[in-house]
Amino acid sequence: MDEIAPEYDVVVLGTGLTECVLSGVLSVKGKKVLHIDRNDHYGGEAASVNIEALFKKYGNYNKGEEPWKKYGRVNDWNVDLVPKLLMSNGELTNILVSTDVTRYLEFKQIAGSYVQQGSGPKATVAKVPSDANEALRSPLMGLWEKRRAKKFLEWVGAFKEDDPATYGGLDLNKCTMREVYDKFGLEATTKDFIGHSMALYQTDEYINEKGAAKETILRIRLYANSMARYGKSPYIYPLYGLGELPQGFARLSAIYGGTYMLNTNIDEIETEGGKVSGIKATMKESSDDSKGMKFSTKTKKIIGDPSYFPRKVQVVGHLLKAICILTHPVANTDNSDSAQFIIPQSQVGRKNDIYIAIVSSAHNVCPKGYYIAIVSTIAEGSSNHHLELQPGLDRLGKIEEKFMGPPIPLYEPLESGRNDNVFISKSYDATSHFETMTDDVRDLYRRAEQEELVVEGLREGEQLVGQE
Amino acid sequence: MADSAGAAPPKPSSSVKLVLLGEAAVGKSSLVLRFVNNDFQENKEPTIGAAFLTQKSHLPHRTIKFEIWDTAGQERFASLAPMYYRNAQSALVVYDLTKPTSFVKAKHWVAELQRQASPGIVIALVGNKLDLTNESSDTSGTPSTTTTEGAAEGEENADAAEENGDARKISTKEGREYAEEEGLLFFETSAKSGVNVQGVFTAIANAIPETQMKTSKTQAAGGGTQTALGAERVNLNKRAEGAKEGCAC
Repeated sequence: MDEIAPEYDVVVLGTGLTECVLSGVLSVKGKKVLHIDRNDHYGGEAASVNIEALFKKYGNYNKGEEPWKKYGRVNDWNVDLVPKLLMSNGELTNILVSTDVTRYLEFKQIAGSYVQQGSGPKATVAKVPSDANEALRSPLMGLWEKRRAKKFLEWVGAFKEDDPATYGGLDLNKCTMREVYDKFGLEATTKDFIGHSMALYQTDEYINEKGAAKETILRIRLYANSMARYGKSPYIYPLYGLGELPQGFARLSAIYGGTYMLNTNIDEIETEGGKVSGIKATMKESSDDSKGMKFSTKTKKIIGDPSYFPRKVQVVGHLLKAICILTHPVANTDNSDSAQFIIPQSQVGRKNDIYIAIVSSAHNVCPKGYYIAIVSTIAEGSSNHHLELQPGLDRLGKIEEKFMGPPIPLYEPLESGRNDNVFISKSYDATSHFETMTDDVRDLYRRAEQEELVVEGLREGEQLVGQE
Repeated sequence: MADSAGAAPPKPSSSVKLVLLGEAAVGKSSLVLRFVNNDFQENKEPTIGAAFLTQKSHLPHRTIKFEIWDTAGQERFASLAPMYYRNAQSALVVYDLTKPTSFVKAKHWVAELQRQASPGIVIALVGNKLDLTNESSDTSGTPSTTTTEGAAEGEENADAAEENGDARKISTKEGREYAEEEGLLFFETSAKSGVNVQGVFTAIANAIPETQMKTSKTQAAGGGTQTALGAERVNLNKRAEGAKEGCAC
C-alpha cells in the first residue's frame, strides 16, 4: 500500500482522548504520526455511543428484542462511556484553546454542582458554595461555621504559590491539610464538602498526607476559578458528548499530516535490541470477508492505551459505573438540564465518593425529554457491586433503563517505557474531570519526547515553540 | 465562530458548513482554492494545516458564508470521524472525470452521506478536471434536465477520447443521470481554468433553504450548528486575561 510510509516517527495505538491529544500535539510539532485503532470508531474507552450500540454493549435484553426502538432515532443518542466533565479553567480547556480544536466543538455549561450531606431520605442536597459570599448563604453550615468557612475561602483566594507571605504562617510544602483546617477551626462536615466537592478528592487520604496542603489549596482555586468563568458550575461539556473530544484532536493531527487507520489490528510489534523497531498490522473492515490489507512499517516509538499491551500493565483498582436513562431531572437539582452530584464517602459509610454526572437533550446527547445520569465510584468490595452504587441510584428516582456491567479494571503501565520505547497511557480514572488525564498526557509526552509539553502558542509558533 | 447572531442586518447572512468528499487527488482542495482565492497551483501537495476555509457567496437576498471542511486525508483509510459530517448543511462530492475509480468512490461517498449526515443536506456531485477534455469551454452547469443532444455529445466525447487527446472517461450523461437519480446537484468543473467553480457554490447556496438555517439550533440532532451561537453556549476562546493569576474565592 503506497499510502503507508515506510517509517513513522511515532505509531499511536488506540484513539482514546489521551492518545488523540498526544497525536495532535506531535503532528503539529512536525512529527510523522501513524494513528491506529482496532475499532471501527474513534474514542476507544472515551467514545460516546448511540443507544443501539449501548444496549448491544451491555446485552441487557432478550434475543430478538430491539429495546432501543422505543427511544427514538438511535443516532440522536450519544452516551458517554466515561463519566467525566471538563473544568472550565482546567488544563484540557487550555489545551483545546491552545490547539484551536475549539473550532470543531461547541460547549455548554453544566447547570449546577451539588453535594449531599447526610444519607437516606433525610439527606440534604445543596449547591456547592464556590466563594466566600456563597458560603455565607449555604444551608450546608450553621451561622458561626459560615464565618469560619468564609475566612478560609478568603485566605485561599489570596494565596499565591510563589509568595510564602500569603501562606498564613504555615509551611504549606510540609504541613498536612488537617493543620490548615484546624487553623481555621472548620467542622468535619465543612471539611467534607471542601475536600470532596471543591478540591474533588475521592477519599480522605489527602487530609493527613504531609505536604498535600498546597495541592489541596490549588485544587480549591481551580474549582473556584472554573466556577467564576461562566457562572453556573465549574464544568463545561461538549455538545454531542465527550466522544467529540478525541475526534477533534484526531482531526488536528490529520490536518498536520497524521495518518489515520481504523479497523486495524496489530499483528506484531517488532523489536531490535529490546527496543521497538516497527509494527506489522492488518486493516480489515468488519463487513469485509477478505483477509484484509496486511502492511508493515518502521518506527522507533509507540504510544498506546493499556488495551494494546495487556502484559505491560497492572490493575490498580476497579471502577463501578451504572448508566441510567431518566425521563425527569434529578430531584433537588433545581430542575437542571445537567449537574454534577457528589455524595462524599463519609456521608454514606464508604471510603470512596459516589459521583453522579447528569446531562440531557440540552447537550444533544439524547432526544428531548430524556436525561442520562451516570453513577460511579471505586469498588471497595469484591461482590454486590450494585449495592455500592445504591446511594447514588437512590437519588435518581424512576429509572427507565439501567446499564451496568462488571467492575471496570483501571490499568497503569508497569514501566515508564524508556527501556523499550513503548509508552503506555493510564485508564480513565474515577475522578469527575479530565485533570488527571491531562497529567497523563504531560507525563507521556515527557517520557516519550524527553521534554516538557508546552501547549501555549502551539498553533502560532508550530515547531518553534515548546522546545524549552 | 459565527458572525450571524445579530438581528436584521441589511442582508441576512448565515454560516453554512460544507464538507468535501472524494478520492485522493481528484482536486477537492484545488476547487476550494479556486473558489476562495481564485487561484490554482499545479501539483499541489496534499492538504495540510487548515482547519477549514471560509468564503462568502452573495445571493440577491442573502449572504451565505461557507465554512469549508477538508477531509485532511482521513478519508484514505475510511477513517473519517462522525464529527466531520455533523451538522454539515452541504457537501461537495468530487470525482475526476478522467478516472473511473474516482466515480465509483463518489457514489460510495453519496451513500455514506445519506447514511450519516443530516437529512436535509444539499449534495453537489462534481466531475472535475474538465480542462483535460476537449470541451473545456463548454459549460454543463445547471442541475436542470439533460437534453438528448447534450447527452449524446457527452457519450461521443467519451468514446472518441484517446484519438484527440481527450482524457474523459466518465461522460456528462453518466454523471448527470446518477445525480438525478439521487437528487444531487450536478456540475462539471475545472479548478485549473475556473470553469463552473463559482457556479457550484452559488447553486449550493441557492439550494439551502432559509428555514433550515434558522430552525436547526433547537433540534436535538438537526442540521447546522454554526449558524447562531445560542446564549447558553460558552466561548472558550474568550479567556479572561490573567484568569490564572487571580482567584475568584
